[in-house]
Amino acid sequence: MRISVQEARDRIPHHDIILETTVRLMVPFIQLYGLYVIVHGHYSPGGGFQGGVILGASVILFALAFGLPASQEYLSEGTNILMANAGALIFTGIAVLCALLGGMFLDYSALVKILPIDPISWRSHGIFLVEVGVGMGVMMIMISIYWDMASAGHLDEGLHMASASQTDKVL
Amino acid sequence: MNWVVTVLLVLGVFFFAIGTIGILRLPDFYSRLHAAGKCDTLAMTLTVSAVALYNIHGLSFGNILVSWKVFAIVFFISMASPTATHAITKAALVVGVEPWLKKRGPRK
Repeated sequence: MRISVQEARDRIPHHDIILETTVRLMVPFIQLYGLYVIVHGHYSPGGGFQGGVILGASVILFALAFGLPASQEYLSEGTNILMANAGALIFTGIAVLCALLGGMFLDYSALVKILPIDPISWRSHGIFLVEVGVGMGVMMIMISIYWDMASAGHLDEGLHMASASQTDKVL
Repeated sequence: MNWVVTVLLVLGVFFFAIGTIGILRLPDFYSRLHAAGKCDTLAMTLTVSAVALYNIHGLSFGNILVSWKVFAIVFFISMASPTATHAITKAALVVGVEPWLKKRGPRK
């Protein structure tokens, strides 16, 4: 049986079971890998920025397969803004706290006045704390850039099912 | 062990070559993507399996851990690559890339 291209196009369902199943299988592993990259940032390649990008990519993949509204149920816009700002606040907060406690900006060994452990190991743990903040901020900003660009700033349907009428509205 | 690694590598390169020839020679977008998706998945599986097997030469815990991670890469690429091919093909059909036909039908 031969069908025309237009018929084939009309028969394509809005939800793609192959894509959705694969994304559902892969997203948890991508997020686990992102956390691994953040946590191992100070003794292997990686760090806050790279891990944050991987975590953000997992949510972007989810949004590509399931649509923008589904990804906003998974991670609401309020949480997004809150966590992006909290990430930046953790980074600059720790850095300024070091300066206030008598060290240099981002000089973690000054934090010894809060929790008296070895200053050298404070350097390692301080980097870890800052990287958690960077990772949170980068992840949320990546997601919000994708949301804004995919829906041309409307945050409604996104690329998932961009119909002709929507394109007209945007133009 | 070295013989197994060699055979896997040669097979992998062979399938990569077939995939490349397919991309260059096949007539339209869909059949080219068909060559790229299938051959790359199989060749990548064979080649990276060869790397993982070669790595557990001296049997130690660290080597086995690294090989295990390499096999995880094989698993995830063999899952993601066909899905990506499927998604690209479907998107091409939706935006209207015409498939190649041996006998051209009447144009609309």
